[in-house]
Formats: sequence, C-alpha cells, structure tokens
Amino acid sequence: MIISELKPYEELQQALADFDKLFIVGCAACATACKSGGEDEVFKFQEWLNEQGKDATGSVIIDEACHIARAARDLRHHKAAVQDADALVVLACGSGIQSISSNVDKQVVGGLNSMFLGNVRRFGQYEEMCSLCGDCILNETAGICPVTTCAKGLLNGPCGGMADGHCEVDAEIECAWSLIFERLKSQQRQGVFARRVPPKNWSRRFQPGRYRLKDGES
Amino acid sequence: MSFLSEQLGNGQFVVTAEIAPPKGTDLSEALAAVEKLTGITAVNVTDNQGANMRLSSLALAARLQQQGTETVLQLTCRDRNRMALQSDLLGAASFGIENLLLLSGDHSKFGDHPDSRPVFDLDSVQLLDMAAGLMAGTDMAGKSLDGVPEFFPGAAVNPAAEPFELMFQKVAKKVDSGARFFQTQSVFDREILERFMLAMQPLQVPVIAGVLLIRSSRMARFLNDNIPGVQVPETLVQRLDSAEDSLAEGVEIAREAVAWAREHCQGVHLMTLGHEDRIPEILS
Ligand code: SF4
Ligand code: SF4
Repeated sequence: MIISELKPYEELQQALADFDKLFIVGCAACATACKSGGEDEVFKFQEWLNEQGKDATGSVIIDEACHIARAARDLRHHKAAVQDADALVVLACGSGIQSISSNVDKQVVGGLNSMFLGNVRRFGQYEEMCSLCGDCILNETAGICPVTTCAKGLLNGPCGGMADGHCEVDAEIECAWSLIFERLKSQQRQGVFARRVPPKNWSRRFQPGRYRLKDGES
Repeated sequence: MSFLSEQLGNGQFVVTAEIAPPKGTDLSEALAAVEKLTGITAVNVTDNQGANMRLSSLALAARLQQQGTETVLQLTCRDRNRMALQSDLLGAASFGIENLLLLSGDHSKFGDHPDSRPVFDLDSVQLLDMAAGLMAGTDMAGKSLDGVPEFFPGAAVNPAAEPFELMFQKVAKKVDSGARFFQTQSVFDREILERFMLAMQPLQVPVIAGVLLIRSSRMARFLNDNIPGVQVPETLVQRLDSAEDSLAEGVEIAREAVAWAREHCQGVHLMTLGHEDRIPEILS
C-alpha cells in the first residue's frame, strides 16, 4: 500500500491561508490504514480547521481515492458542499490528490506527504521492499529486493561499507546482500551470485508509467 | 603502458599515495602536497571522498598527468549515471590517464550534501565491465568508438568485511569484469590481511594494501564511528592513547602494516592525510 503521513501543521496553515471554507476528502484504502486520511483523521482535521477559524462545508471518504471515476462520482454526490467551499483539502496519497484535482475546478490542497509503497510488518509499521522498477530480479535474489532494500540499489553484491552484515547507511539495518546471501545459502542455490548482473534496464520505469490491459484480458 | 601496470607486472613492490582535490578552485595546496611525495609510483586522486563535494577528480588528475605525475583516477557511481561515467572515462583517456580505481562510492548521506539524490545507476562490477567494453572499442550501447582508450582498471576491497565469503564473491566478479589490481581498505590486522591474501592467491591479481596514518586516538574513534568500512581495533586505539607522541606512534603502526604488506602483498597505498612528509619514515 502507499504510505503517507500528514504534512506539518505549519505547512498546512500556509497552504490554507487564503481559504475560509473547505471541503475535506479522505481515502478509505491506504490513507485509512496509515491513519493519515481515514474517518478519524478527517474528523480531527475538521476540528483543527475550526480551531484555525475556518469552516468545513462537508467531507467524504472515497473508497479508493486513486480511482479517478469513483472519485468523480463521490464528489458529485456532495456537489452542494463542494460548491460551497473555497477549496478542497485531500487527505490521500499524491495519486488520490490528483484524482480529485482532475475532477474539480476548485483549488485542491494536499494534506499528506506520500512516501513509498509499503509492506505491512504489523499494523502501523510499514517497510519499503519494492520500488516498482519494472524489471524484477527477485527470482535470483531469494525473494529479497536489492534494488530497494540495498541503500545503493547494487546488483552484484555488497559494497565496501558493509560491516558485520549490517548496512553502512544504517547500522541498525541488515545489509540486503547479507540477507540475500544467507537465504540463498540455506536454499542451497547460487542465484544472483552465479552471474554478473548487467546494468538495470531503467527504461521500463520511464515516467509517466502507463498500462492498459490488452483486449480480451479485462 | 602506465608505470603502475609495468611495475606490478614486473613484480616490483609499488607505493601509491592519495590526494584529495580542493573544495574550491585553488589547486596550490594539492600541487604542493604532490611535490612532497617521493618514491611513489602513482598518486590516487579521490572523487568527492566521503561524499563531500570537491573539485572534480578528473580535473586534478588531468593537471597532474600533464605535469608528469602518474595518477590513479578514482571514479564513483554515486554521482553519475552511465552516460556521465562513460564520457568521464573517455575524457580521462584523452589526458593520458590510464590507472583507474572504479568504486561504487560512499552513500551521499555521509557527506556534506546529504539531501542530494544518489545515482548508483551502475555498481562497481558493471563499471568495470563498461571500462573493459570501452577498451574493446564499444560503448554500453554497443556503438563503436572513434579512438579507443587504454586503461589499467583497478577495484577496491575491504578485506575485513564480514561475511568474508560474501565479500569475496564480489572480488571474484570484479576480477571477471577486468579488475587488474586491487587497492584495499585500510588494514590494521595482520591475520585479516593473511586470510585475504590466501583467498586471493588463485586469482593472480596484485593487491595493494591500504595503510592509513592515524595521528591520534581521537582520530581512530572518529574513523570507527563515521567512516564506512574502517574499524581500528581497540588495541591500536589504546596504543595511540597511551603514547607520548601519538603521531609518532601512528607512524610506527603504519610501518608495521607496511611490513606485513611487504611480506604478502604487491604494494601499499598510503593515506597520510596531510602528513606526506612522514612517508619516507613509514616506508623505511
Ligand atoms: S526488483 Fe525489486 S523494485 Fe524491481 S520489481 Fe522486483 S521487487 Fe520491485
Ligand atoms: S551495506 Fe549492503 S545494503 Fe548497505 S549500501 Fe552497502 S551493499 Fe547496500
């Protein structure tokens, strides 16, 4: 899921300085799980707006704010309250914020910072394990991604900064290559150590990404 | 053919030292420091060492090379994508720079521009492969070059890294990718050096052992806390602590490391950080 957190209140105060009436949008998917844009947070945000002397004209929690058509439909259901507002505040990831901004003419203020695609360790504890590079190497690395979990994204083994199997960038974290090495060894296979991995094909990750299911697949 | 490759090829014990480009455009101090280096085969020019922004290593190396000082150009993957790396290597060749030390580089988090975006488009193995490709006349896109560079590519290794087997598989990959010599991270332990050299034997690639002059116990502790891959053993920290003249003790420690290297390795790489005048003593 996309991990997001509330922007600092100071930054929000500035972003909202010109508006008195705001319509609040949350997201029922990732932002709810991250406790950054679910019902509780939308409610809390509304209280904060009131403390700032501003009004909320209404609010909606969209099922998945990144779903462009669903966002449009849900906003239509709140047409009057949206009309009444000077601007919309969106508590969703950057993707969600843009679903909203592409569907309304009013100014949209994003309330969250979007950070990464996160795995859930346990509730409230998220870890980045994949950076969606489009050219997956996991089958050779015993299911541990060096592109993401090695701080340098190296593909052929550890850097000279590895110390006792820990990462030079953060001694608390195990070196991705040490983990890959141990797991491949326990599976009695060589995996990525059997060959020199060529430079990554980053063209698969050219932005902006676009993808369409082919006819007959949908 | 570079002196370095010639001497290593002849089985001569080589000595390299290193110099950091200035933070700014004034080269006078760097050039003066190089003047003081005597009995040295080649001078490494560091590349934004420790991820601290400095004048380009290529620029200083080119200047030194033109003045008749042989250099080892250090080049890291941290700050350049594959196009920039290739064009810098061709640029180096155009100045007659042959010796290369090809590195992944410290993470930008450690340096003076921690907010910068680290690149790491290639890793050190891929960079060695690329240099080999250029020498064979083609760039990474498979296009042929108009004028082909001649390089003597080297790589770095930290013999103390654990797990050893994991570290060593990368050494083997680097040899496959055309590493013609290794320079090691600073060595402080004879046994660690011996274990490493034993593993290196079948690969038949010369090793230049890194020797760092530590001038005080404070510096040793700083290295332990802040420099990736460097661990000064506690016994040495104690020695520096209790010495009357800690710089002299540091010189003595460096002399011991040079002696181990003379026994096991094909050369030493001296890192004297401003105490270049002590080099003759360290080598005596
Ligand atoms: S290699 Fe890593 S970043 Fe790329 S798709 Fe696989 S898991 Fe994701
Ligand atoms: S220590 Fe390991 S995980 Fe950290 S940057 Fe180096 S290779 Fe990557």
